[in-house]
This record gives sequence, C-alpha cells and structure tokens, in this order.
Amino acid sequence: MKKLIMLLLVALAALGAAAAAQTATSRSEATTLTIYSGREERLVKPLFEQFTKQTGIELQVRYGSSSEMAATILEEGRNSRADVFFSQEAGLLGFVAREGLLKVLPASTLARVPARFRAPGKRWVGTSGRARVIAYNTSELTRAQVPKTIWELTKPQWKGKIGLPPTNASFQAFVAVMRITSGEDRTRDWLLGLKANDVRFYGNNTQVVQAVGRGEVQLGLVNHYYLHNIRVQTPTIPVENAFLGKGDPGALVNCAGVGIVSSTKNSAAAQRFVDFLLSPFAQRFIARGPGAAEYPLVRGVRPRPGLPPLGEIKGPEINLGRLGRDLPPAIRLLNEVGYTR
Amino acid sequence: MRRKRGRRPPLLLWALASAAVGAALLPLGYLVLRGLGADDEARAAVGVRPTAELVLDTVFLVTGVVALTLVLGTVLAWLVVRSDLPMRRLLGVALTLPLVIPSYVGALVLLGALGPKGLLQQALEPLGVDRLPDLYGYEGALLALTLSTYPYVFLIAASALRSVDVSTEEAARSLGRGPLRVFLTVTLPAVRPALGAAGLLVALYVLADFGAVSLMQYPTLTRAVYLQYESLLDRNAAAILALILVALAAVVVWLEGRIRNRGVRYRSSPGAGRRASRIPLGRWRWAAFTGCATVALLFLALPLGVLGWWAAEGTATGPPFRLAWSAAIDSTVASAAAAGCAVVAVVPIALLAWRHPSRPSRLLERIAYVPNAVPGIAVALSLVFFGARYGGFLYQSLSLLVFAYVVRFLPQALATTRSALDLVDPRLEDASRSLGRSSRRTLLRVVLPLARPGVLAGAALVFLSTMKELPATLLLRPIGFDTLATEIWTDTSIGAYADAAPSALLLILVSAPFVYALSARRAWELGIPD
Repeated sequence: MKKLIMLLLVALAALGAAAAAQTATSRSEATTLTIYSGREERLVKPLFEQFTKQTGIELQVRYGSSSEMAATILEEGRNSRADVFFSQEAGLLGFVAREGLLKVLPASTLARVPARFRAPGKRWVGTSGRARVIAYNTSELTRAQVPKTIWELTKPQWKGKIGLPPTNASFQAFVAVMRITSGEDRTRDWLLGLKANDVRFYGNNTQVVQAVGRGEVQLGLVNHYYLHNIRVQTPTIPVENAFLGKGDPGALVNCAGVGIVSSTKNSAAAQRFVDFLLSPFAQRFIARGPGAAEYPLVRGVRPRPGLPPLGEIKGPEINLGRLGRDLPPAIRLLNEVGYTR
Repeated sequence: MRRKRGRRPPLLLWALASAAVGAALLPLGYLVLRGLGADDEARAAVGVRPTAELVLDTVFLVTGVVALTLVLGTVLAWLVVRSDLPMRRLLGVALTLPLVIPSYVGALVLLGALGPKGLLQQALEPLGVDRLPDLYGYEGALLALTLSTYPYVFLIAASALRSVDVSTEEAARSLGRGPLRVFLTVTLPAVRPALGAAGLLVALYVLADFGAVSLMQYPTLTRAVYLQYESLLDRNAAAILALILVALAAVVVWLEGRIRNRGVRYRSSPGAGRRASRIPLGRWRWAAFTGCATVALLFLALPLGVLGWWAAEGTATGPPFRLAWSAAIDSTVASAAAAGCAVVAVVPIALLAWRHPSRPSRLLERIAYVPNAVPGIAVALSLVFFGARYGGFLYQSLSLLVFAYVVRFLPQALATTRSALDLVDPRLEDASRSLGRSSRRTLLRVVLPLARPGVLAGAALVFLSTMKELPATLLLRPIGFDTLATEIWTDTSIGAYADAAPSALLLILVSAPFVYALSARRAWELGIPD
C-alpha cells in the first residue's frame, strides 16, 4: 500500500515535470496573443472566442483580479509576458501606464470613445462604462425612500443599513473623484460619518448586492451592472438600482478599459484585439449579452433597455485618465479613516 | 538525551538542506528588496498606531485559534485513540475530513448557514427569530479557522498518543494515580513536542490566511497586505507589513522551539511498542460520543450539506451542474508533484537536525518554518519578480508553480518528518552500525523506513494544502491550467455559488482518500517497525 503511494507520487512528479516541459515548448509556436484579463472569465470568454473566430489569432488568457494582474505586470516589468492588459478599472490602467509599461495607442482608436473615457497620455482606452448607483432592497424600501444623494447616507435613519466594498477599485475611484470635486475635508467628514453610522464593509460589489438582497443591509454603494450579473443566477433577488441625481459625486460613471503592454512583440495583433473590443459586435455583447448590462462607449450602440441613457447621468465630469494620479491620495485618505484595514 | 559525537560534518547533507532552506527564503529576499525601496510616504502609509493595532488583532486571533484547536484536537484525539468511544473508527475519519475544506469555502458556508439571513435563520423564521448573533468579526473568523485547522492537531495528537510509552503510564497508574492525573502528569508531557508542532502549523496557517478573515471582515496583518496590493497603493508598504508578519512568525517558531526542547522523546524499552489498553468512559461514553458527533456535524456535515444545497438549488433553476474533471486532474497532478518535491526538500533538513544536532543545524531547521507565514500573494509576486527576470522558460510553467507550493507548504512536511525522526530510537541506529552497516546504508535501511509514516503523512498534508491553494496558483499557473481552487474562485467572484458548489464538492471528493490514508491507524503508528 505504502509502496504503491510512493510509486504513485514519483510517477505524478514525473508527469508534472513532463507537463512543465510541454507548456514550455508549446508557448513559442503559432502567433498567439497573451491577454492578462482582470475581467471575469464567465463574462468575457465568449467574446474572446469570437475574436479568434474572426481573426484566426489564438488567445492565451490569464484571468485574475484586475489589481493582481496589474501588480503582476508591474513586477514583470520589461520582461512582461502580457501583450494586452484588459482591466475592470481605469485607475489600474493609469497605474501601469505611469510606470511606462503601456504603449501609446493610435488616434483613430482613441477617437472612437468620448474624451473622458480615454487616457490623456493616450496609453489606454475605455471599453465600457459603469455607473455608480445605490442598490436597494425592494422588500424593505420603495424607490422614493432611497436617498437622492450620497450626502444623506450619514443621517441616523440609515444607521447599520448601508453596505459598501471599501477595497474595491471602483469604490476607491469614486472616493478619488469625490475628493477632487468636493474637497478632502468634506470627503473625510462623509467617510467618518458613514463609519459612525455603522456602515458594513464587504469584499467586493457582488457581495454587497447579495447582502442587500438578503436584507443584511438595505442600501449598497456599487456599480450598476452587478445586479444584472446576479440576476442570471438569482432572477428573483429583491434588489433594484437607484441612479443618483445631477452633479452628485455618487453618480460617477467609471469605465473598464484596455491597454497594450510596452514589451509586446505582437503589436499588430494586440492592436487588432483593442479595435475588436471597440467594434459594434463587442460593444453590443458587453452592453446586452447574457447577464451583461454595461454602457457601450462607442457611438451607435444602444445600452440594455431599462437603463437610463449615459447622457442622462449627470455625474462629475472628470477625465478618468486623472485617476492614475488622483487615486493614491484617495487611498491614503481611506487608510487614514480606517476603511482599508 | 542527544548524542554528541565527533562525526565528520556531512557536506552533502548540509548542501542539500541549505539549498532547500535558501529556496524557501526567496520570497523573503523579495520582501526585503521591496521594503528597502519604501520611501517616507510608504512608511507613513503603514503607520505605527494602526500597525500596532493590526498586530494585536492578529495575535489575538492566532492565540484564540491555537488554544481552541489544541484543546479540541487533543480531547478528540484522546477519545478516539485511547477510550472506548463508540464508532471511533468512523469518527476518526469524519473528524479528519474537514482538513480538505479550504478556509474560504468554510467561511462562505458558515456565513451561508449561520450568518445573517442564512439557512439557519430562514429555518427559524417561523418561530419568530429574526436576528441571530452576529457571525462577522472575531467570532466568525475564530470559528472558520478552527474548522479548517483543528484536524492538524487532531491528526498529530492522535499519532503521538498512539506512540506514547505505555509502560510509563502503567507504572504511574500502579503507583496509585487516577486516570486524569496520569493523563496530565505522564501522557500530556510526553506528547507535548507533538502538540507544539501541531500548534505551530496552526499558528502559521492563521497568520497567512486571507480567505476566512476577509469573508468574516476581521482585520489581520495578512488581510492588510492583501488590501495594500488590492488597492495598489504601494507594493513597498505591503512588503513592510509582510515583513512584520514574518517577524511575528519568527516569534511563534521560537516559542515552539522552547517547548520542543523540553519533554520526553523516545520509548524506554522494546516493550513500549505495545498497544495501550482503552480506558472505559463508563457513563460518560455516550456524552463523549455526542460531543464528537457534534463537532463532526458542525465541521463536516454542515459544510457538505450547504454545498449540496447550493448545488441542488443551482440545478433546479439553471442547467444541470457540471463537474470540472479536467480541473480535478490538473489539481491532482500539481498537488502530487508538490507533495513529492516537498518530501525530497525536507528530508535533508530534518535528517541534518536530527542526526547532527548543533546550533547551526537546528537554526537551519527553525528558519525553514518562518517563510510559511508570508501571505500567498507575496510569495506569488516574489516568484513573478524573480521568474520573469531570471526564470526564462520556467516562468509561468508548472515547475515554477510547484516550486511555489513547496515554498509555501514546506513546514507541514518538515513538522511531521521531524516528529517521526524524533521517535526513532537512536539505539537501533547504533545497533545497525555496530553490526557493520555503513552510515549511509543505515540511514536508508533503518532510519528512513522507521520514519516513513511521518514522511508520508507530510506528503499527504502538502498534497491537501496544495489542492486548496489559490493566490499563487492564480498568478503563476500556466495559462489554461485550471485547478479546482481557481474554478471555485472563478464562480464565487461573480457570486455564482451554485456553480461553485460542485467544484467544491469535487475538491473534497478527490482529497478524501488522502485524508483517509492519513487517519488510517497504520500510517500514524510512528516509529513502529512493520
């Protein structure tokens, strides 16, 4: 019995070594493109398969959280194995771009999306928009009872009833924008006020929406499209999104985006991939595919029915390209008020 | 008790052991590099006061989990091994099985069952219960981590209790001591080194855990390290926090070393291999059974039940569930390779410390434990850093991933191998030498066979840990190499628990035979020749 286990272990170790050698050799064959994707496999895989079908270019995709993928590219530095970085968040693209690890994109690519959804330094371009909303539990609250502005959330009536994901990049981007538009002091007071109101912290947007659905909290500060993702699994979840009023920092529209990694040897193919993400087909998929509900950024593609048009969401008009620079002080503020520990 | 003999320092052994420990220290090198790169801003971001609070919170949790698991694990082990508990074989396996439940799955399941608006509360709703005690925070983290770590104590305590010298206990009893006093004054001191080793594994596990503490919203140093990376504020600040964590681990290792250096080691006489007679529990028999069964229910049946419930719910509303067999195969291959490599890396370190005890050799052994407390994400990024620069084609290959596993889980194999060697009677080695066998042949034919159960147990522990590993797998796996852990992550990250449940059940299913092998009696009768 023990000998058998020993033999099995040795055999498997050998197998492992063989598999390693295999992966090492198969890497260098055909012209393949390596994508580091911070976007979830279940959401984007069909899109990637369509790209391969259209162009014949094979994709090797490494999936992880956007920040892990960004950290990996930063640690790899000039030796990065990635050709393209596809990120959930503009801020993370900004970080990588600031380290000089993303290439400048052609003007024709950049011009396809509105100016605030692309990097001023031209090193990344937005692929889809997501609005900040207040998700609310429909069995506990009516639409009219949901606060019209995030400033109301520090009122005592919401004590213990609010959930948010403090370490999530889109929440942090929202705080960064709030800090720019409303000032550091007001932002700090608001964050401290929420904390005094027993706000609950969750790991990510999905967990917040699910907590709202369970009634663990009644309001959640999240991006709008997570609700639509979750409805695929749980169609009856008692949650709706409340979009915020004009000029409210809570009405920020953030974006996911893509950039080409500087060390790539497949620039042409990488460029085709970026352009594919901005093609009408991909934009429709991102906007109205199964479980998808993001805002398309290219003109002529309509968002999922039932969503307010992007033009009607009058949040702060901030160029998301600033986030690479404005995120660090915001995160420091979050550290300071004890949101990130 | 240790022999001091003027032996030639075995160069080969030293070289092998140093190489293994050196490799395990690679992530530390990276952290120091990053820590030195920190500017004032990064240091300010770490902050003295908040960091001191984090250290306290972390120590609080580690102490709680270690204390709870030591008591729970030892009592359960004593009941299963030394008493006339009903159905003890079945319970032995059932109490070991939670080892295969990853702490993030354990925490998720506990929240799903006992959390606010969880299954328990839904069940109690008709009775008018609309709020349960809050699971989030310290209590939840304590419960979830106890769930996933007490089997370490249970296994190691059970094996030690089996190999305790029965004659000493009998002598104590014949001199008029009651069973409880015999246990406290004779048995417990004899198994103390083993309990120390088990406590060390638990402490290191808790120090490095992210999954459970993040779901339970309890602040620890490891969580802070992850959050620093998550918000990408400063990799240097993250490195400083990780180094503080490593220092904390060094303290734990040092403490455990002090416990190990006391205590009784090996058997007194050849007759000591006899099996101990079981102690009748009398009227406590069924109460003890109920206690053990409750633990098994809470830590095994409940998680399996909730996962099964989720899977069934998913099948009811969506497509029939899909079993990720190819991911199961990838997981098994990688884990087996890691287990094999870990054993190869660990044997020289343990042999050196056992056979040639000296300050440097013991120090080398102790150092090997410390990197275990480095959070998985830091280990992964350090290997990204070194791999992308100097790894060539090895980077993002299975070999480097297996290397990462070995670095992370080396101590588990080391602890069991070392405990097994400690129980080998040196007189057997002397006898073999005096009968003319060379020292190398003695090692291969006498010492290692005697220690084999411990070595195999170490391999099994590494295998099980690797099956559950997530952060290093995500960053270092070859593209397209999906393990069960990454499958579970892929589903839970979009909240698709129903899709994740079959993968989690499959993970438990594939790991179960190894746990059974671990809990089987023979594998744990350390040091007793076949």
